[in-house]
Amino acid sequence: MQAKSVKYRLGKSYGFQILTYILAFAIVVPLLAILFYIFRAGITRINWHFLVNIPKPVGETGGGIANAIVGSIIIILIAAVIAVPIGIMAGVYLSENRKSRLAYWVRLSTDVLQGVPSIVIGIIAYFWLVKPLRGFSALSGSVALAIMMLPIIVRSTEETLKLLPDSLKEAALALGVPFHRVMFKVIVPVGISGILSGVMLAIARITGETAPLLFTAFGNPYLSVNIAKPMQSLPLLIFNYATSPYTDWLNLAWGASLILLVWVLFLNILTKLLTRKWKVQL
Amino acid sequence: MITRSDLPLRVINSSPEAIAKAKKRIARSFKQIRWENIFNKTLMIMGLIMIILVLGILFTLIVQSLPSIKALGLKYLWGKTWNPVEDIYGAWPFLLGTLLTSFLALIISIPFSIAVAVFLGEYHTKGWVPNFLKNAVELIAAVPSVIYGFWGLAVLVPMVRSFEGHVGADPLGVGIFSSSLILAIMIIPYAASLGRSMITLVPSHLKEAAYGLGATRWEVIRSVILPYTKSGLFAGILLSLGRALGETMAVTMVIGNSSAIPKSIFAPGNTMASVIANEFTEADKPVYLSALIELGLVLFLVTVVINLIGKRVIDRFTND
Amino acid sequence: MESSVIKSRNFNASFGANHVVKNVNIDIPRNHIIAVMGPSGCGKTTYLRCINRMHELIPGANSSGEMLLNEEDVYKMHPIFVRLKIGMVFQRPNPFPNLSIYDNVIAGYKLNGVKLPKAEKDRIVEHSLTRVALWNEVKDSLTKKGSFLSGGQQQRLCIARAVAMEPEVILFDEPTSALDPISTSTVEELFHELKANYTLIVVTHNMQQAARVSDKTAFFFLGELVEYDETKTMFTNPKDNRTQNYITGRFS
Repeated sequence: MQAKSVKYRLGKSYGFQILTYILAFAIVVPLLAILFYIFRAGITRINWHFLVNIPKPVGETGGGIANAIVGSIIIILIAAVIAVPIGIMAGVYLSENRKSRLAYWVRLSTDVLQGVPSIVIGIIAYFWLVKPLRGFSALSGSVALAIMMLPIIVRSTEETLKLLPDSLKEAALALGVPFHRVMFKVIVPVGISGILSGVMLAIARITGETAPLLFTAFGNPYLSVNIAKPMQSLPLLIFNYATSPYTDWLNLAWGASLILLVWVLFLNILTKLLTRKWKVQL
Repeated sequence: MITRSDLPLRVINSSPEAIAKAKKRIARSFKQIRWENIFNKTLMIMGLIMIILVLGILFTLIVQSLPSIKALGLKYLWGKTWNPVEDIYGAWPFLLGTLLTSFLALIISIPFSIAVAVFLGEYHTKGWVPNFLKNAVELIAAVPSVIYGFWGLAVLVPMVRSFEGHVGADPLGVGIFSSSLILAIMIIPYAASLGRSMITLVPSHLKEAAYGLGATRWEVIRSVILPYTKSGLFAGILLSLGRALGETMAVTMVIGNSSAIPKSIFAPGNTMASVIANEFTEADKPVYLSALIELGLVLFLVTVVINLIGKRVIDRFTND
Repeated sequence: MESSVIKSRNFNASFGANHVVKNVNIDIPRNHIIAVMGPSGCGKTTYLRCINRMHELIPGANSSGEMLLNEEDVYKMHPIFVRLKIGMVFQRPNPFPNLSIYDNVIAGYKLNGVKLPKAEKDRIVEHSLTRVALWNEVKDSLTKKGSFLSGGQQQRLCIARAVAMEPEVILFDEPTSALDPISTSTVEELFHELKANYTLIVVTHNMQQAARVSDKTAFFFLGELVEYDETKTMFTNPKDNRTQNYITGRFS
């Protein structure tokens, strides 16, 4: 029995290294392909006209995505208003109750919620809001998106607060400060960057979501700010127009895709900058 | 200096004003104690909301699936025909479509995910090149799925169509194969980033022991790192699978939306998620809608179980 | 007869099943400096944290017996009121990083939402900082955050913060163990001046410090209060064998 020659083994090691490098960087190819294609297809469509007009009926040229942009902003804002307070407080609860039985189930539920497919959440929002209120509405879409935001915010709040030294809390408590003021005036302000980046992450995540809005916000060819009625949003518009056979609508969808992509990338970069600043501070 | 200690506050200089001020502060403290209790209760309620949400989702799915369960029974799940117009419901085409696309996507993506994980976790952990790759991976995860679908329709599908022409299959372009390709790209980040963090956890003394025995780098990876992180990599793959199963938009746009059982991977099909997305708003009969919800229930249960197993494996791994 | 500001009767404390403070009976006289010393793990810090009810913040912690502040059992009062009368200074200086020096000193009021007129706030800040010999060093940087201060200065800021509340008792949990020798001696000098207005209970693992600063010393060993006497007597003529062994360095 002879050991394989060292030269062979070294060659094999080197070969696998090359293979790893190739496979690893291969993933950049489709990414760049997608980014460049969207950019090229969308950039020609974007102008001021595009941003402030609503889509025109089939056959007429021109038109824009104003209803989708406004709709997206409204739906996301309301989702954040719902999810951020609940998420942060639940995160505070978990960071203060590491070992209690209830906290175990809360943590488990948060993990379960994170894995629920977005279309299922859309179904739930449909039965909880659309059916009782007898109609599609932006509000039901916001609720669906809020449910998706919650696990992200809860987890990142909990992780942020766990990293803060106990002595901070103790110093405040030893001054006779009641617990809620310790939280609001000391703990949360010191950890605000971490909490905020969790919120931004959640927003970035739901900005591009379509499935939960399919049967909740439903879409609207007109610009509406009525949250009790159907509303258009960027991903919904892209989905509807991209799968249509009309060139005008396809063009709108490309422009909208570029806007959505830039928006999501911008949010992600913002989150990264915020996280980096927080890490330096602590 | 006269002090009084019978108040819950120390009052130096027992003038009437000082005592009155102290009494006001005491009253405020009592009020704050009440607020403190309300706050603690509120925190607990917020935590409870998470539990209520999950239970509510399960409950709603079950209740809304009941009509279909009652009318069609369990054999709905392996029924081979889906024809709502004639009231024939069979979920097997969608179960098959989901399994095919997800596992195909997994198989395609795993070599790339592991390569990225090994590259970032072992070969090059610091520097601007790995940073570039790390950002690229995060970018892949950040792109919305509807954009993947749109690009898939515009670019991938024509490419697949000509490919199919060459191999003699029906040149449709859309189908199981295309959606598996798109899905594969989308799920790479999950196994890759989890795998990378697992690999960085391998204690250096184990690696050094192997090097000390004259092992090459690849041998250290193969015989020390990969076995050590086996469960972590497995968890990452599970997480990728969970993501693939639930993915809706990109798949819906590229899979061809056919309710027949796909005859080959180049044929069009449907997944559970895509059929719900397509037909939910058109389901005009209660059993029709309920059958779709039942698919949602199956999706929910499967993805939840997979995610929980994955998380449990990770927890056990990081606590060892 | 001196009055005792703090008295413990049959006081016990534990973490779950771990009984760390056993049957402590002690009378702490007003306006004295009491050192609490003993080897690591003897329960001295736990006992200290029971006085202002910080011990119970740890899940699974409990206690029994009487802990009296001016003849009133602190365990029958709401913890907030206890802590308004008993302040605490911790081992590591912990000024609030998001507050300025000025706000740190009056943090006890500010965080409680007590609104004081500016003149009153200024008076309290200057008074407290002067008491801890920090006023001259920081009076021009009151609006800055305290992160530029040295460890010793930060610890004195924390003492000022406690003093600003005008408590009756101030608890010190190894206050100089994280400080350099010069800062340590500055803080120790402070103790003598603070004695006039407050009662100080100082936990220390440094015997020499106990001998230097305190009037009376309590020696804890394995959770029990072994000996409690005038400091001079304890160090020259200890009554218990264990005290003798500790002082002569047989164990630490």
